[in-house]
Amino acid sequence: MSDTSLRVVWVYPDLLSTYGDQGNVLVVERRAQQRGLNVQRVDVRSDQPVPTSGDIYLIGGGEDRPQRLAAERLRRDGGLSRAASNGAIIFSVCAGYQILGQEFINDLGQREPGLGLLDVVSTRGEAERCVGDVLADIDENLRLPQLTGFENHQGITHLGPTARPFARVRLGKGNGTGDGTEGAWNDTVFGTYMHGPVLARNPQIADLLVKLALDVNALPPVDDRWYEELRAERIAAATAAP
Amino acid sequence: MTGNSDPLSPRAKLAVTAGRAAAAVSRAAGRGSGSVIGGRVALKLDPDLLARLASHLDVVLVSATNGKTTTTRLIAEALRATGEEVVSNALGANMPAGITSALAGGSRARYGVIEVDEKYLAGVARDVTPKAIALLNLSRDQLDRAGETRMLAEHWRESLAGSKALIIANADDPLVVWAASSSQNVVWVAAGQEWKDDAWSCPSCGGVMQRPGDDWLCGECGFRRPTPTWALSGDHVLDPHGAAWPIRLQLPGRANRANATTSAAVAAAFGVPPQVALERMYEVAAVAGRYDTVTYQDRQIRLLLAKNPAGWLETFSLIDPPPTPVILAVNARGADGTDTSWLWDVDYSRLAGHPICVLGDRRLDLAVRLEVAGVDFQVFERLDDALRALPPGRIEAIANYTAFQDLRRVVGN
Repeated sequence: MSDTSLRVVWVYPDLLSTYGDQGNVLVVERRAQQRGLNVQRVDVRSDQPVPTSGDIYLIGGGEDRPQRLAAERLRRDGGLSRAASNGAIIFSVCAGYQILGQEFINDLGQREPGLGLLDVVSTRGEAERCVGDVLADIDENLRLPQLTGFENHQGITHLGPTARPFARVRLGKGNGTGDGTEGAWNDTVFGTYMHGPVLARNPQIADLLVKLALDVNALPPVDDRWYEELRAERIAAATAAP
Repeated sequence: MTGNSDPLSPRAKLAVTAGRAAAAVSRAAGRGSGSVIGGRVALKLDPDLLARLASHLDVVLVSATNGKTTTTRLIAEALRATGEEVVSNALGANMPAGITSALAGGSRARYGVIEVDEKYLAGVARDVTPKAIALLNLSRDQLDRAGETRMLAEHWRESLAGSKALIIANADDPLVVWAASSSQNVVWVAAGQEWKDDAWSCPSCGGVMQRPGDDWLCGECGFRRPTPTWALSGDHVLDPHGAAWPIRLQLPGRANRANATTSAAVAAAFGVPPQVALERMYEVAAVAGRYDTVTYQDRQIRLLLAKNPAGWLETFSLIDPPPTPVILAVNARGADGTDTSWLWDVDYSRLAGHPICVLGDRRLDLAVRLEVAGVDFQVFERLDDALRALPPGRIEAIANYTAFQDLRRVVGN
């Protein structure tokens, strides 16, 4: 695959990179490079246009006001929506996940339109913030091992008819709707509340994004020893938590 | 400030005594220094105790995400040059209970130099009516419970708008400037700030910040770096008269030279000239174990505390170059924050070339982080095992809060 290139776009690190979200970018980059891919990483600040020719777009979590600013600027720019209609793979976390939906509640308490790339609507929970380790089973169609992550959010996300739950929680809150769902996906767009960062805790998801972007069924194996040890420890910790 | 020879009411005196008794019990039970429990008992008996204890003092408050314990110590040393007694929460117990306990021990003091947890600044500033407040920096820290960094700046801003204190604030940190500029009475210090990733968005209007060189400004609303009157310039403090004073601290690193610069500006506000203040600061070799070099198992281990991305960044810039080995230790207990995602905001590729050993409760999170950074490392459960893997000689040990305390305990510091 040495002459295959992969363009990875990190959307708005100036606004949406509060919870180590750079980690997701670094993990995709590293694992793609280990497979001999020629990775081009593009960090797009919120005063720059989002390129439409990326293969994988990553969008992270952030605070309430930056989230509103990001939604305004992404709607105005239109680049991410065009990339999505070109079939690009988009992976979003927390505030970024809400922005990809139909709407969310902004820092002013108002309904803010999202990009409508995922059929979800987010509101703000009245209950305590969801904070802690999460363990969940990922949609079996994706053929991925258990999801481990750390959640830290107040949001509640309701899935519409065309969004599928990304996972079902065993431990933790996930979408916060009480129905056990966590995250959402359609064929090319993914959203999750999981931090950790989630791709460091679940490198097979990073590989899935690369496979979908290249439209291949398999990637050469890499040494996953430390990832596997971390996963085992965090899954055990989540299971042991009160 | 007019000193009343006996400012404490009978109720306040009882509270102080009960607090001391509780502290003594706590110490005897081996549960730490007892300063926090003592303060808690005392504050419960007399909720106004902190205000009353502070009423006969000229109080300086110090708050920040990083550097507050060290700066508190440097300011306290500088003010001792006046010949007056200084009371201070030197061990870093920086919430109201710990502060109350520290002040209860300083009945003859003229000055109170108090480190305040950034979340408690507004309340403590209301209670103790400070003469001066030093604000060093604000950045992401313990996101699972501290909430949003900009909201913290907003709380500071609201509280400082009503304060009569002289604010000594870092002109190079946009969040600090946003907080301090609600006051009419600010001394701006160009103290630098290596970490920039919490201030790309204008704290005033949300516009994207421009950062040409050392300057910063918002292109949309015009919010910009104020003109400083004090500055850290390389190894020198520049005072408002343009004089340059060399900094010869025992404490290492750019961040501590910045802390010394801010401390000199604070001391000047109390009439202590910069050269006198700086001489006093040179006495400080370690602060609550931080920067101490201990000899253990034939190795000279320098103990460095770094709790968040900004702190790690400053620490990487002061360690000895390769091939000096580096031990990294990370926990995620309550006092550390339970979310370890911040590890991914730290650029560990800067450690390439150092032999690296990884310790701590969350060593596997760190292992994955280092694997992805592409640097070589080894993972150990215990410090002694790590040391066996390293040659005798000097070692830099960088740890976050409770991991640092664990290391100190093992090496007997």
